[in-house]
Amino acid sequence: MADTLIRADASDHRVARYAAAAIALSVAEAAIPTPLPGVKPGLANIVVLLVLLRHGWSEAAWVALLRVFATSLLLGQLFAPGFFLSLTGTLMTLVLLACAVRLPRRWFGPVSLSVLAAFAHIGGQMLLARLWLVPHAGLWALWPVFSATATVFGTVNGLITARLLHGASGVARDASAPDKETSD
Amino acid sequence: MKFRQWLHLLRPGDWLVVGAAVASTLAAGLTLWGPDRPTTAVVRAGGQTVARLSLDVPASFEVKGPLGVTHIEVQPGRARVASDPGPRQYCVKQGWLSRSGAAAICAPNEVSLQLEGRRAAYDSMSY
Repeated sequence: MADTLIRADASDHRVARYAAAAIALSVAEAAIPTPLPGVKPGLANIVVLLVLLRHGWSEAAWVALLRVFATSLLLGQLFAPGFFLSLTGTLMTLVLLACAVRLPRRWFGPVSLSVLAAFAHIGGQMLLARLWLVPHAGLWALWPVFSATATVFGTVNGLITARLLHGASGVARDASAPDKETSD
Repeated sequence: MKFRQWLHLLRPGDWLVVGAAVASTLAAGLTLWGPDRPTTAVVRAGGQTVARLSLDVPASFEVKGPLGVTHIEVQPGRARVASDPGPRQYCVKQGWLSRSGAAAICAPNEVSLQLEGRRAAYDSMSY
């Protein structure tokens, strides 16, 4: 019987590294007290955007989903309502990013992607919360808070992402070219 | 890193997206949290609803009670009891009603005028 050996290639190592960074940010962020569940900076999205712009959508999806599962596991929230909210938000974000990443890069930079992703995230969470957790139309009264949160943190995270791309690849313009990163 | 350098990271479309996000947040805040504008004036006589007048267009309405005729006047966004045969004229002196849930009651003539909006300010009222 032949043994099959699965070797992790460069892309697997990359996903693992980025996911670790995203998980660390998520766990650190969980310590910040918030007035409302769902109102948080979403720093892990910076990592997801970086991966998206450097290595493409499928690696970004890996990082985002690994982040959701691992963070929930670490915080003891796996399969709790918060986990499903997070998962729905992330899935919506990934669907939206798959479309938004096709926008002309000259005009729409990381900030656009970040703001759109933030709205997709909070929109997905709201929808699930409305359908499942709080089946009452009164829930929408909270929407302006979430909308403001998505606007502010979406913009800030986008700027940080743009800055990191700028710094990492000397010539900032072409952050979109995949696999520019050398092995490190 | 200076503020101006951060601004350089924004591309033209980014301004558009951020602007749209801010605008949609403000719009959501105003519609969901803003003042509730009344949309209809409900006229009751003897406990029965006799008319539901839209507050979009000016109108006047007459309703008969045991003492005589009460005149209701509607203007965009507000309504009042213009005249009433009652002895103390409380409902007339209340003047224009413009808030959702506001009511003017001409008790002697058994006529009332109440404004309704998207949501009711009270579950029920008794006098």
